[in-house]
Amino acid sequence: MAGRSATFNFMHELGIASSILECVEKESRRHGGVRVTKVGVKIGELAGVAVDALQFGFECLVKETEWDGLVLEVESIPRMQRCPKCAHEFRMTEFDPQCPQCGEFATLCISGEELDIAYMEVDE
Amino acid sequence: MSRVEVEKKVLNENQILAEQLRERYRQHGLLCVNLISAPGSGKTLLLEKTLERMDKSARVAVLTGDLQTENDAQRLAKFGFPVKQIVTGGTCHLDARMVEKHLADWKLEELDLLIVENVGNLVCPSSYDLGEDAKIVLLSTTEGEDKPLKYPSIFFKSELMVLTKIDLLPYVPFKAEVAKENARRVHPQMEILEVSSTTGEGLDGWMTWLERRRKAKSLET
Repeated sequence: MAGRSATFNFMHELGIASSILECVEKESRRHGGVRVTKVGVKIGELAGVAVDALQFGFECLVKETEWDGLVLEVESIPRMQRCPKCAHEFRMTEFDPQCPQCGEFATLCISGEELDIAYMEVDE
Repeated sequence: MSRVEVEKKVLNENQILAEQLRERYRQHGLLCVNLISAPGSGKTLLLEKTLERMDKSARVAVLTGDLQTENDAQRLAKFGFPVKQIVTGGTCHLDARMVEKHLADWKLEELDLLIVENVGNLVCPSSYDLGEDAKIVLLSTTEGEDKPLKYPSIFFKSELMVLTKIDLLPYVPFKAEVAKENARRVHPQMEILEVSSTTGEGLDGWMTWLERRRKAKSLET
């Protein structure tokens, strides 16, 4: 086990990567210290997180620590809108909120803000 | 190999602290706003003008965040209201723990309005809930009209956009209508105000917005 701690407070994607790792450490302890091989996260397109930078930051953080080899799997979540008038749900592209079905402009965001840890894969 | 469902926010720790702060603000009927913009959009100047216009008996306090220096706190302290600088030492945003720590010396029951001036940055502050009632994003006329499209996260999460430096509109290529249209594309329900902290234009509307929100919050308790 390497001596250096793998989590610390730093710049954006690296800070997010560090928070993911902290969460993995906690969950691992909560499950009796199981070895985690993969962590799956959901990142919404409105979350303001660059997935490449996050992957890179995560790799750097775990390298040569007890978490070396831990895989980060990112599921990107598109921005979805719901129309309050006709209840149509649609993928928002090019920041155009207009409902393609009835033309309503004031549609509501129902997904795309996610910054969630979904699951872990563990060795048993 | 087996799969364990986690279903947690990545920033769960921050979220828990932010909810605790929100609950404390709620108990005291205190309105907290979180001011966010790129560096140089005029957050500190708007705050100077805001404090200057406040009644001397107003129960307002300011936390101002920067990577380095206490300059902003010094600029804001001269109005006689409690002001504290949060020096992040390199971290590009404020988080709920920094806010909680810097609030420790103040009695929240003696405050009606807490203004948090975030670190100048349009990216990272959008991810960190500080327990505020509203995020407010500033966009100045010396920036690009397409900033809402380039940084949609913060414009989506902000309740209000303040378009600053409107006294410069005759001299810069910036088109206010285009910027507002872009902001509304990202966030159709967002309120928009236009101000010039230098000439004072639009400041009445800004003060009224704050007062309206503060009153509404005090009635919630």
